[in-house]
Amino acid sequence: MDSRVRIKDHWNEQRIFTQRTLGAVIVIALMMLTLIGRLTYLQVFRHDYYAELSQGNRVRLDPIPASRGLIFDRNGKVMADNEPAYQLELIREQVPDLNDTLRRLTALGLIDRDELEDTRRMIFSRRTFDSVPVRLRLTDEEIGRFAVHRYQFPGVDLATRQTRHYPYGQLGVHALGYVSAISVQDLEHIDRVSYAGTTLIGKLGIESNYERPLHGRNGFREILVNAQGRSVQREGVFAPELHSQAPLAGDDLVLSIDLATQRAAEDALGDRRGAVVAIDPTNGDVLALASKPGFDPAAFARGLSRAEYAQLSDDIDKPLFNRALRGTYPSGSTIKPVIALAALTYHNVDPNRQEFCAGVFHLPGSAHLYREGKGGKHGYVDLERAIARSCDVYFYGLAATIGAEHIADFMAPFGYGAITGIDISGEKPGLLPSPEWKRKAFKRPQDQIWFPGETVNFGVGQGYLLVTPLQLAHVASVLAGRGKSFRPRLLTGVRDLDGNVKPIAPTPLPPIDGISSDAWDLVLRGMVGATTYGTAAAISKGASYAIAGKTGTAQVFTVGQNEKYVEKNVAERLRDHAWFIAFAPADAPRIAIAVLVENGGFGASAAAPIARKVMDAYLLHEATSPAEDIAVPESQASD
Amino acid sequence: MIEDSGYARTRRTLSSTAKLLSALNLDGPLLVGLGLLALYGLAILYSASGQSLDTIVRTLIRIALGAAAMLALTHASPNLLRRLSPWIYVFGVLLLLVVELTGVMGKGAQRWLNLGIVRFQPSEVMKLAVPMLAAWYLHDRPLPPDWRAMLALAVIIFLPAGLVAMQPDLGTAALIAASGALLVLMAGLSLRVVLVLLLLAVGGAVAGWHVLHDYQRDRVLTFLNPETDPLGAGYHIIQSQIALGSGGVFGKGWMHGSQAQLQFLPERSTDFIFAVVGEEFGLIGLLLLLALYLFIVARSVWLAMQTNDTFSRLLALSLALTFFVYVFINAGMVSGLLPVVGVPLPLVSYGGTSVVTLLAGFGIVMGLYSHRKLVGS
Repeated sequence: MDSRVRIKDHWNEQRIFTQRTLGAVIVIALMMLTLIGRLTYLQVFRHDYYAELSQGNRVRLDPIPASRGLIFDRNGKVMADNEPAYQLELIREQVPDLNDTLRRLTALGLIDRDELEDTRRMIFSRRTFDSVPVRLRLTDEEIGRFAVHRYQFPGVDLATRQTRHYPYGQLGVHALGYVSAISVQDLEHIDRVSYAGTTLIGKLGIESNYERPLHGRNGFREILVNAQGRSVQREGVFAPELHSQAPLAGDDLVLSIDLATQRAAEDALGDRRGAVVAIDPTNGDVLALASKPGFDPAAFARGLSRAEYAQLSDDIDKPLFNRALRGTYPSGSTIKPVIALAALTYHNVDPNRQEFCAGVFHLPGSAHLYREGKGGKHGYVDLERAIARSCDVYFYGLAATIGAEHIADFMAPFGYGAITGIDISGEKPGLLPSPEWKRKAFKRPQDQIWFPGETVNFGVGQGYLLVTPLQLAHVASVLAGRGKSFRPRLLTGVRDLDGNVKPIAPTPLPPIDGISSDAWDLVLRGMVGATTYGTAAAISKGASYAIAGKTGTAQVFTVGQNEKYVEKNVAERLRDHAWFIAFAPADAPRIAIAVLVENGGFGASAAAPIARKVMDAYLLHEATSPAEDIAVPESQASD
Repeated sequence: MIEDSGYARTRRTLSSTAKLLSALNLDGPLLVGLGLLALYGLAILYSASGQSLDTIVRTLIRIALGAAAMLALTHASPNLLRRLSPWIYVFGVLLLLVVELTGVMGKGAQRWLNLGIVRFQPSEVMKLAVPMLAAWYLHDRPLPPDWRAMLALAVIIFLPAGLVAMQPDLGTAALIAASGALLVLMAGLSLRVVLVLLLLAVGGAVAGWHVLHDYQRDRVLTFLNPETDPLGAGYHIIQSQIALGSGGVFGKGWMHGSQAQLQFLPERSTDFIFAVVGEEFGLIGLLLLLALYLFIVARSVWLAMQTNDTFSRLLALSLALTFFVYVFINAGMVSGLLPVVGVPLPLVSYGGTSVVTLLAGFGIVMGLYSHRKLVGS
C-alpha cells in the first residue's frame, strides 16, 4: 500500500452502497424463490405422501374381536359358547407406590411369590400408561377377595376378555376339538390383519375345521394417539373424526351330534379305552363320536402349563388321541357280513349249503391249521348261522373260494382303506390289503408274495386289514342302507342371529350296485340272528326294536399254533380289542353304530352292551321325550 | 363543520397519526408490518403451545419489553449510538465471558445469565453490538476497507462469535458472524476477497468437522440423509417435513394440525414453529408469513438507503439483512434445505431474549432514519 493517505470519497461510497444493496436484493429474491420452490414441492407435489404419513402418525387401529360363533347339538343345546375370563391389570402411572402395591397383592395371594420379580420386570418393560396384566385366570374366590380390597389398590383393576366355554366339559371333545392361543405356526397360515385382536384359534375338530365361519370378522376402532403412543380423546380443541367398524360375530353352527346319545356313549365306555361312532344311515349325520379317555377342552383355552401338557401327552392311555378317527385296528369278524355279500355276489354261493365246523380249518395244500378265534365248534352251519354265530371256519372257506383280489375289490366301495370324508380332519384311511398292494408295499421280493393263508385270514378280518371305528360305523351305515349311504358329517346347519337354521343338504355317496335283494336279506337275517340267538344274543334282551349286529375280536397278539388263547393269561394291554357294529331298528334303520373297546376281549361281552345303551339313548329317548332331558334312561340298559 | 365528511375525518385522523408517529420517530409502514407479524405470530403460538395462555402472556410481556426498547432507541441519534458502540460491545463481551465462566445450564448448553428475576442471553446483545462496532469502525475510514481494516473487523466479528460458539451455540454464533460479514460486504468488500474467503470457509468446514461436538456432527449428517435415523437425530427433520407436506395448500386449520397438536413435531412452539404454520395454514399461510417478512426487510432496506452517513447506512442495512438471514435459516432448516441449527423464527418462535433484541434493532433502524438530517461528522 502506498503512503498516500486515503480520504473518504462520499460519491464513490454512495455508489458502492447502491450497488451492494441492489446485489443483496437480487440474492434475497433468489433465496426466497428457492424457499418457495421447496415449500411448493413439499406442500403441493408431495402432499399426498406426507398426508398419509401424518395419518399413520396419529391414528392407530384398535381391533374389536368378533364374538366366536356358538356350537349347538342337533337339539339346540349349547356345546361351546363364550364367557368372560377375569384378569388383574395394573397401570403403573396410576399406582402411588408400586413396590408396596405388589407386596400387598402378593400378601393377598393374588400374585405368586415366585413370579413377583417377573411381574415387576414386565411392568417396567411397558409404558407407564399401559394396562399390564399381572395375573391371569382369576377364580371366583380370588375375584371376590380382590373386590373387597379394591379401594386399597388404585391403578389396579379387574379386566375381562372373552374365552371359550364348554358347558358339558369333556363331553364330545373329540368331535368338538378345542381352541387355544394362536401359535407361531398358526400365524403362518392365517391372515394376520383379520386376526388382530383375536387371541384364540380352533386347534382340532369342529373348532379347527370351521375356524373361518366361527371366527367371524373383527371390527376396529380408530384411536387417536399422541407422539408418546398414549391414546387421547382429543388434544386441546384438536378432535378429528375417527372411524370404526363393528365386528361381525362368527356363524353359529348346528352339529349332527345328539348330546344324549353322546353322553350315553361316553358313560357306557366309562374308564375303558375305546371309541363309539353312531351315524344316522338316512343322511350321514354323526349322532355320537366318542373316544375315551378324553380331556378337558377348557384347559387349552385357558392355557396349559408345560407340566399339564406333558401329563396329557405322556399319559399311557393317550387322552389326546382321537381313537374314533385315528385309531386303526384289525376289523375282526365284523367283516363277515361284507364277506358274505361278496360270496353271494361273486360266486353265487348257496346260502343254505351246510358246512361242518369242527373248530379247525384246513387249507388244501398247507399244513397250517386255522382255528376258531374263540375256540369251540359250531357243528353244521349255513351262511345265515355262520354270520350269527360268527363261525370262522365257514368264512375261512368262503374267503378261499372268493379270492383275495375279489374281496378287496368288493370291499373298497364300503369305505375300507379310505377316509370317509367326515368334516373334521385327522382321519386315518386304515388299510385294505390286496395282492397288488402287497407287491407295492414291500421291498424284498419274498415279502411281496401274497400267500393263500393270508386270504383265509382276510375272511375273518385278521392280517393286514386295518379299520377305524368311524370307518366301521360307516360300513354299518352302508349295510343299513342296503348299499346306499351318505358321507358322514358333523355340521348340519348354520344358525343366523334370529335363531333360524339354514340346513346343509347331506352328501349322498355312490350307491353299491350289483348286490341282489336276496343277498341283502340274508345278511340282514344273519346280523339280526347275531343279536337274537348268536354271539350277541344278550343285548336284545328287553329291547323294543330289532337290532342287526355283528361282533368282532381283533387280535393284538398272535396265539401260537398249539396254544389256546386264554384271556386271563395275557397282560391287559395285549388282550384282544373288542368290536361291535350294529344298526337298528333292523327293518327301518335310524342309527348305525360301531363300538371299539381296546383290549376289551370279546366283542360280544365288552362292546355290544355299549352299543345297546347308545341305541336306546337315541331311539327310545327320541320317541319318549324329545330334546329336553339328556340323562340316560338307566332302566333300558341291560347287558 | 358542515363539510365534515367521512373522507375528511379519515384524512384528519391519518394526518394526526402521522404527526404522532413522526414525533415518536417511528416509521408507520414498518410498525404496521411488525404489528401484523406479531399478531400472526401470537395466533400461531397459541395453537403451537397447545392453547397455553401462559405462553401468550409471557410473549406479550417480551413484546412489550421489546416495544419499550424500540421506542427508547428511536430517540437515540446516530451520533450518540456511534459513541456508545464501543462501550456496548465491551460490555457484551464481558457478559459473554461471565456466562462462559459461571453459566447456568440451560438445554445442555451454557447460554443464560441469571439476573435473579430475568434470565438473559448475552449473545443476543452481541447481535446488535457486533454490527454497531463494525459500523463505528468503518465510519471514519475510506471504503472499501483496506486489508488492515479487514483484519480489525475480523477480530471485532470473530471474538464474540467464537465465544458464543464455545457455549456451544453454533446457530447464534453463525448469526452474529453473519451480521458482521453482511456489513463488511455492504461496505464494498472486494468480491475477489469474498471468493477467497468462501474457499477458506469450505476448507475451514472440513477442518472444523473434527472439532464439532458429536450432536453437531449428527445434525449435519442427518441433514444430508434424515431417513438413516428416523427416531434419533433425523426425527426433527422428518416430522417437520411431514407437518409441512401434510398441510398442503390450504392447511388443516387453526389448532387442527395433528403433527403439532399431538406432539409429533418436536420444539413445535420454538425452533419448529414454521412447520406449525405450514401444517395448519398450508402453503397460503406460509406465503403470507414470508410476504410479511419480505415487507419488513424491504422497508428496512429502503429506510437504510435514505440515511446519509456511513455508520447509519451500514448498521441499518446490516440489521435488515440479518433479519432476513434469520428467517431464511429457520425456514430452510424446517423445510429441509439447511441443517438443523438452533435458530428461532424471528418474532414468532417462543422464548429467549430475541424478541427484545429484534425490536430494539428495528428501533435503531427507525431512529437512524428519522435522525438522518441531524447527522454531523
